Amino acid sequence: MLAPNAVILWMSFNKPVGKFDYTWNKFSLSAWKNPCASSEMCHSLGLSLQIGVVATIGATVLGTMIAFAMVRHRFRARSGINALLFLPMAAPEVVMGATLTALFFNTVGPGSLGFWTITIAHVMFCLSYVVVTVKSRLAGMDPTLERAAQDLYATPFQTFMKVTLPLVAPGIAAAALLSFALSIDDYIITVFTAGNLETFPMYIYGSVQRSYPAQIDVIGSMMLLGTMAIIAFSQLLGRARTARK
Amino acid sequence: MSTLTDPATRPPAPEPQPDHKAKRNWTPWVLLLPGLLWLIVFFLVPILTSVSASVQTGNFDDGFKVTWDWGNYYHALHDYRTQYWHSGIYSVLTTVFCLALGYPAAYFIAFKGGKYKSLLMALVIVPSFTSFLIRTIAWKTILADNGTVVHALNKTGVLHVTSAMGWTVGDHVLASPAAVVCGMVYNFLPFTILPLYTSLEKIDPRLHEAGQDLYCNAFTTWRRITLPLSMPGVIGGTLLTFIPAVGDYINAQLLGNPNTNVVGQKIEDLFLRDTQGYPVGSAISVVMMVATLVLVMTYIRKAGTEDLI
Repeated sequence: MLAPNAVILWMSFNKPVGKFDYTWNKFSLSAWKNPCASSEMCHSLGLSLQIGVVATIGATVLGTMIAFAMVRHRFRARSGINALLFLPMAAPEVVMGATLTALFFNTVGPGSLGFWTITIAHVMFCLSYVVVTVKSRLAGMDPTLERAAQDLYATPFQTFMKVTLPLVAPGIAAAALLSFALSIDDYIITVFTAGNLETFPMYIYGSVQRSYPAQIDVIGSMMLLGTMAIIAFSQLLGRARTARK
Repeated sequence: MSTLTDPATRPPAPEPQPDHKAKRNWTPWVLLLPGLLWLIVFFLVPILTSVSASVQTGNFDDGFKVTWDWGNYYHALHDYRTQYWHSGIYSVLTTVFCLALGYPAAYFIAFKGGKYKSLLMALVIVPSFTSFLIRTIAWKTILADNGTVVHALNKTGVLHVTSAMGWTVGDHVLASPAAVVCGMVYNFLPFTILPLYTSLEKIDPRLHEAGQDLYCNAFTTWRRITLPLSMPGVIGGTLLTFIPAVGDYINAQLLGNPNTNVVGQKIEDLFLRDTQGYPVGSAISVVMMVATLVLVMTYIRKAGTEDLI
């Protein structure tokens, strides 16, 4: 599983010979010294990060609200809503992209595709994943804790802020991370909703046809090392917490 | 202390469970509405728009009109038969290979992983945090003509056989169906392993002991106990692999050749490059959506776990 990642890390130290470097040439740090040599690439990376942040916030807020409603309340139409939440996960991405384009063509016109249409699409496909993640955390939570807070004369709002939210926070954080990862990485739906904009995955995709700078491998390696650091850090944090107990 | 618990001095505590029947509770709807509206407007409505677009004719200068021209469907079904075939065969092969590779891996991690369980699972998941496009392109390096893999396959004569079968081209692996399936298996393997691992991990190892106590050999224990109990994981894993695999065209584009075209590429072409193509593109998307849904629903029915998702 890790082989391609090792290759990416390895190739990021490659000294480029031509436009396409899929074979090893010579050790060099040039790509690491100057990760933004291609300004287009860093521009597209910035755009992807912006979309990722906005879409993550949108999907996390909306998805958490749905998760609360689904777990804490009983009402009719639950199974219908469950189906509606499941469908975006069961539809092939290319179909979602294509149908969204059809909608945008028919309403706002092909010219107005851009930042907001991408973000709307990303919120849409992240939403179900947020609901699933937060729901499982909420379902695993002891409801008597909330009742205890109410017995101690906390208002519903206080109960939510002081008891429920801190307990569900890890689930919400996981959901947000997942959305961000999904949004940053998405190519298929983005290409259908992007118009003239170019996000980072679109840049990589295009670069296979144009020229493939070693800087892409540098960014890839940074992503990998970054996630590994975050995971190691959270493991250490978890260990410190259990040690304190 | 006694005054606190004295019911007379204590003001009535809030009702722990408010009576839902007495007063209609609007809270869940307030919570649900924004998200559901989002899904309806940007997921359901687009599908309906596509259905309507698929019976339109026209061009971008004069606009498209709904003419109930079913010819788009004729084109959608007739002109792209090879692409449907490719998409179908690649995604089925991917699912089968993922299951064949993922089941033993998940089994090993769940039962033999010991204290390294979470580390091993991290090794499965962590690679997915690098852009999947970069990882797919890395396969170009791995499968390159002067790379170790291709050398080894050439030495052992494997490539002769696979080329004769049409899976590889000459003594290259890249730009062939084999490379496409290889990339897809790699990309979707975590989606198979994760649900498998979750359901295998839940199985009580004492059940294995019980099986052995009743003189089952290892294989029978697996077939009679482990496999049935891990079925939800098998179904979940295959679905999570098959559905994205049907729509995937990245691997076909990056690792394949012009003869490995899949439906996704055609939809993208019709929408983003061919200015007249979008009604036919919509028709293909509708066909694909319906086909996937029917397949998935039948599979879930057959497998008998409707409450899986």
